[in-house]
Formats: sequence, structure tokens, C-alpha cells
Amino acid sequence: MFENLTEKLDSVFKKLKGKGTLDEESVREALKDIRMALLEADVNFKITKSFIEDVRERAVGREVLESITPGQQVVKIVHDRLIELMGGDSSHLRLANRFPAPIMLVGLQGCGKTTSAVKIARHLMNQKRSVSLVSADVYRPAAIEQLKILGETIGAGFFDSTMINDPVRICVDALSDAKERGYDTLIIDTAGRLHIDTELMNELKKIKDIINPAEILFVADAMTGQDAVSTAETFNDLLDIDGVMLTKMDGDARGGAALSIKAVTGKPIKFVGIGEKIDAFEIFHPDRMASRILGHGDVLTLVEKAQMAFDEKAARELEKKIRKDSFTLEDFRTQLLQIRKMGSLEDLMGMIPGMGKIKAMKNVTPDEKEFVKIIAIIDSMTKKERINYRIINGQRRKRIARGSGTTVQDVNRLLKNYIEMRKMMKKLTRGGAKYLKRSNFPFK
Amino acid sequence: MGNNNNNTEGFFSRLKQGLSKTRKGFVKNVDEMIFGEKVVSRNLFEDLEEVLIMADLGPAFTYDLIEEMKYRAKRKELESPEALKQILKEYIITILEKSEQPLEIPRDGIFTIMVLGVNGTGKTTTIGKMAHQYIRNGIPTMLVAADTFRAAAIEQLEIWSKRVNAPLIKQKMGADPSAVVFDALHAATSRKSNAMIIDTAGRLHTKVNLMEELKKIKRIMGRELEGAPHETLLVVDATTGQNALSQAKMFHEEIGITGLVLTKLDGTAKGGIVIRIAKEMNIPIRYIGIGEGLDDLRVFKSEDYVNALFD
Repeated sequence: MFENLTEKLDSVFKKLKGKGTLDEESVREALKDIRMALLEADVNFKITKSFIEDVRERAVGREVLESITPGQQVVKIVHDRLIELMGGDSSHLRLANRFPAPIMLVGLQGCGKTTSAVKIARHLMNQKRSVSLVSADVYRPAAIEQLKILGETIGAGFFDSTMINDPVRICVDALSDAKERGYDTLIIDTAGRLHIDTELMNELKKIKDIINPAEILFVADAMTGQDAVSTAETFNDLLDIDGVMLTKMDGDARGGAALSIKAVTGKPIKFVGIGEKIDAFEIFHPDRMASRILGHGDVLTLVEKAQMAFDEKAARELEKKIRKDSFTLEDFRTQLLQIRKMGSLEDLMGMIPGMGKIKAMKNVTPDEKEFVKIIAIIDSMTKKERINYRIINGQRRKRIARGSGTTVQDVNRLLKNYIEMRKMMKKLTRGGAKYLKRSNFPFK
Repeated sequence: MGNNNNNTEGFFSRLKQGLSKTRKGFVKNVDEMIFGEKVVSRNLFEDLEEVLIMADLGPAFTYDLIEEMKYRAKRKELESPEALKQILKEYIITILEKSEQPLEIPRDGIFTIMVLGVNGTGKTTTIGKMAHQYIRNGIPTMLVAADTFRAAAIEQLEIWSKRVNAPLIKQKMGADPSAVVFDALHAATSRKSNAMIIDTAGRLHTKVNLMEELKKIKRIMGRELEGAPHETLLVVDATTGQNALSQAKMFHEEIGITGLVLTKLDGTAKGGIVIRIAKEMNIPIRYIGIGEGLDDLRVFKSEDYVNALFD
């Protein structure tokens, strides 16, 4: 998510922390770097400017200069301000008092509205709501079909709009259909459109006026550049949106758009999309995100996510083991089995403080098909071998390969990956993760 | 299709119109903001910084550009803001010129084009427009639905194939994309297709497994047809900020990119990151996308682009 920005800020704060006292000059220096980092992260130019001014005012004060750890204080100021910018408390959907409650998704082409519609539907269905989906996208080829297929995978209701040409009419019909069939929520997926396309923007306004949605969510791509502000502003001016869903957060985009959109619309970011799978969906937590930006990691999300897939105890043990470097092949196996439920290893590692995107992870993240192979190999090891990989010599490797129906090369590769992973974890626990990350930093 | 189908206007006005829409939005007009001043001043450089950063050129690159302009101003090459504008334009054109290499499709044999990019950049739409252009120019073109992952991606390409009258090779959703491409290569030989455009699933450049899938497709293509893929096009959304550089770098590192397409230039985003990509990576920019219509795909011309950026 915000790894690269995190890194930049990390190095900036390291500089600050290294100093005993904090004078005006060093604050200025730090803010210069922070400014560059924010801009590089695609935070809007003007928002960056006011952010820097604001922090400068707070930082170059007596309180800061006289404190024992001035560097820490600047961290806190930046951190607090980031939380403020991203929205204070996390917000939920307000769907009460409407039956059915219409939720309307709007945004540019390709920002991920359709996938988001289904993710939100699933999220609400998990909360025991009954959801119907409808596509008002009569423009993009196969858009309706896409929503239909995805909707079927989660068992949501679907209003087939293929035969209706008018998006407004589609919404009206879908709403009465949802009411008739007893759904309490209707999610309306609209066509992607440019905010400067007056005709299509008016179409959205018409839908809004007639349907009066309980929630209008603006869907925004986390990779968006400086234009995020003008887009969000136009959509908000016209539709008075209720919130934002930020998509494609599983990439390495630094996501400055999140800060910008919140600052310019004043509307909360409610959800984030973190992958193509329907369950790759999270509630947005500004406080955690701010910590994440500042390099404190997001252990809370990690734990929360883990709880959903497997029990709390296992999550705690996993974390402890990662930190203690007592990560055996047996643990490796257990973890691989859990990954299926939890999302990729990359995602998981990204949530541990200090571990951003690490190039070396490439070799330790197996694809779905390899899972089976790896599990078979580990299953063919003796208990001793699983606890201490060092005893696995050539003879043992041959035996394991035979037992698992794989080749010695497969066994070698697995061991190599496992050892690499251990090494990385060791580096992580000894504070060496920064080194690993930096070696893969494209913007240095 | 949207309502943007008035293709009667020429390219210059369309591109310019597209890029200049920015002025009505958050970004100020370059002329009004910078070149309205009478002399080259410190303020002018600050304003220039804002304009360049707002166009997504990125802070570091913008800083370099401004230093260069300051240097030239000191040497009194620039006596007026107008002169500075000219020099800056020429400077950026020099960077982009190297990337001005249109895609030429040889008329003999099969020319395979593999189209990649992150999710939602407009790959399928671009492919439809490319096929339309090729077929109109008498190049028999075949489409290949190798995005077997995203729901209804095959159907989407199928509609395009009917619209532009190009044969489509497809399998079921969930099929191995390499197998689809394998089939297509064999079909292309018998059907005497000249160009073959392969639509791949959108993927974030950071997804290791999905990059491996692309490598496999590429490997199989090379094995079945010498020199294939002949062109590997990365589709970049002009709305994207600095992350586009990371996309270009990682796709290039993993797969090898031979050309870029910059889409969605009809919005208010200027896609300035492409200048940085051109400067750092030296990859040809083959096309720009300026709308949802069939004809809204143009060959990239650096001068037009820069003029549209500044005029």
C-alpha cells in the first residue's frame, strides 16, 4: 500500500531521531524531504503545501524544541495531521430507515466499480443483509454480464438490465424489483465516465434525484495522480457523495490520492480494495493507515484479518514465531494452508511493521498449483527434518522427493525458499528490514 | 459507447481540447499562470513547478527541469516568459522525440502484439481500436482473448471483435491463457491473419504469480512462432500518477516492453509521467487514447502532445 511513502518518511525521521535537539533549520530540512515524499506519493500539490505549512507551524514551537525527543514529536505531529487529513474515525454505511436501501457506485472508467460493487455486496451479506445488484452500465461491452457473473459467485440477487437502454429506467425498475423480492439493499453499479462529460454526469444526477440513494460511493483508483482532486471534486459537487472506496491498494502505489480526495471532498474513505478476489476488501482505518505511512506497520489489521480466517491463538503464535525466528518447516506448512484463507503471503508480510514489498518474497510466494506440491514435500519429511532443516542432506532429499512424487530439484527449491524466508524474518527482527526494502526502491 | 462519438473534429483540436479541459478544473492555465507575467521571476519558477507537478511529471523530475530552466535564465538566454516557454517546450520535445516511433506492421507473416497492463487502464478498448485501424488499412487482424480470469472479459472482447469485424480466438473463462494463445498461433497460420492482438488479464505489476503467467504466455509464443511476441505493449492510464513509472519498470524488467499506449487523455489528466518514463526508459510510445470511439486512437506525436500540454 503506502510502502514507498513509508520508506521515504522512515528515512526522514531516522535523520531527525538521530539528533539530540531539533532546531528550526532541521525541521525545515525534514519538511523539505517530507514534501518531496508526499508529492512523489501523488498527494495533491496544494494539499501538500498546506500540510507542510501546518506541520511547520506545529513543529517549530518551543514545546518541540524543549522536549527530550524532538524528533519523535515531529513524527507525532505528522502522524496526527495525516490521520486528520484522512478522516478521523472510520465510517460505516448508513443504510437504516430505507427499504430497500440503494447504494450507488460512481467513478471514472477502470477504477474498479464493478468489482467493488460485488465486494460491498459480500461485505453486507456477511452482516446478514440481503443484497441485489444491478448494472446501469449500458455503454461498456459486457459490463452487465460481468456484474452478473460476479454476483452469482457470492449468491447475491441480480436484476437483469440487458433489455433496458435507459440507465435511469434501469435503476427505477431494479429498485421496485428489489422491493418486491424482499431485498433490503440494492447496489447500483453505474458506467465509468469522465467528470467533464456533462451529458453522462447529468445522467448520474438524474439517477440520484429519482432513486435518492442511501449512500453514494465514489470509487477511486489508489494509483491516481494529481488529477484525483479535480475528479473527486467534480463528482462531489454534482452528487454530494457520501464516501469513497479506494481500490487497487494491493499494488505498490503510494496512494497519496487517498489524502487528496479526503481533503478536497471532506467525505470519508470507507472501504479499500486490496486484490481481485471478492474478499480482498477492508474497512478503511485512517489511524492505522497513518501509522502505516509512518512505518509503524499495521499489526492490528494483520491480527484482525487473521482472526477472520483462523483462530486468534494461531495468529498470535504466527506473529511470535516470525519475530522469534523459530519458524520451522512445520510452521511453514501450516502457514501455507492458511494463506489460502487469508490472502497472499505478500499481503501478510506487508502488514508487519518494517516489512514492505520485498523483492525476495518473489521466490517464497508459491502459486496455487505449487501449494499442493509443497505440502506433499513437507508431508514426506520426518518430524526431525521439519524442525531442523539443516539435517536434510542429499540422501534425505532423494527420499523426500520419492515419497512426495516430486523431484530432488523441487525439494531443493522448497528448502531454498524456506531458508530465504527465515533469513528475511531474521533480518526483520533485527531491524535489518530497512536494508532489504531499500535495495528494491525504484525511486532512489 | 459514451456520447463522445463526434469524430469529425481533427486530431489537433481533439487532443488539444482533451488536454485543455484541465483549465476549467483545478489546474490553472499555463499561459495565464506563468506566461502572463512580463519578466522571468522567482515566482514564475514556483508557478512553473506547480504546473509541472500538477501534470504528473513528478517532483524530482520537475525539480530537474526547473534547475535547467533557471540555469538557462541565468545565462540570459531567456529574457521573457515567452522565451522560457519555448525553451521548455523544446526541451520536453527532445525527451519525447526518441519515443516517437509508430508501430509498423510488416505485411508478410504474422505480427503478434501482446497487450498488458494493470487493471482498468483500457487494454480491451485499445485493442478494439487498434484492430479497427488495422483492418481499415487492409491488415487482416485476429483478436485473442487471453484474459480468461476477469468475469465477462471474453464477452467484452467478443463484442469488439464483432464491431470491427475481426475473428476472435477464445476459450472458456478460467482456461489457461497460454493454451488460448497456443491455439491462436496455429489458427492464425491457416487463416492468413497478418496482425494478431492478444488481450491479457489486467494485473498489478507487483503480483509475482501473475507476472509468471505472462512470462509463460510469452515463452510459448516464442516457441510456437519465431520472434513472437513481436510487440509487447504496455497500456498506461494517463490518470495514473507516479506509480506508472513503477508499472513500466516492473513490466519491463519481468516481461520486456517494446511499446507504450497512453490512454484516457480525453480527461483532465495530462499523463505527464510518460515524459519521465520516456526519459528514464527509452521505450517507444506507440499510441494515445483520446476517447471511447472507434477512431479515438492516435499515433503519438511528441510535438502535438507538448503543444497540447502548453498551448
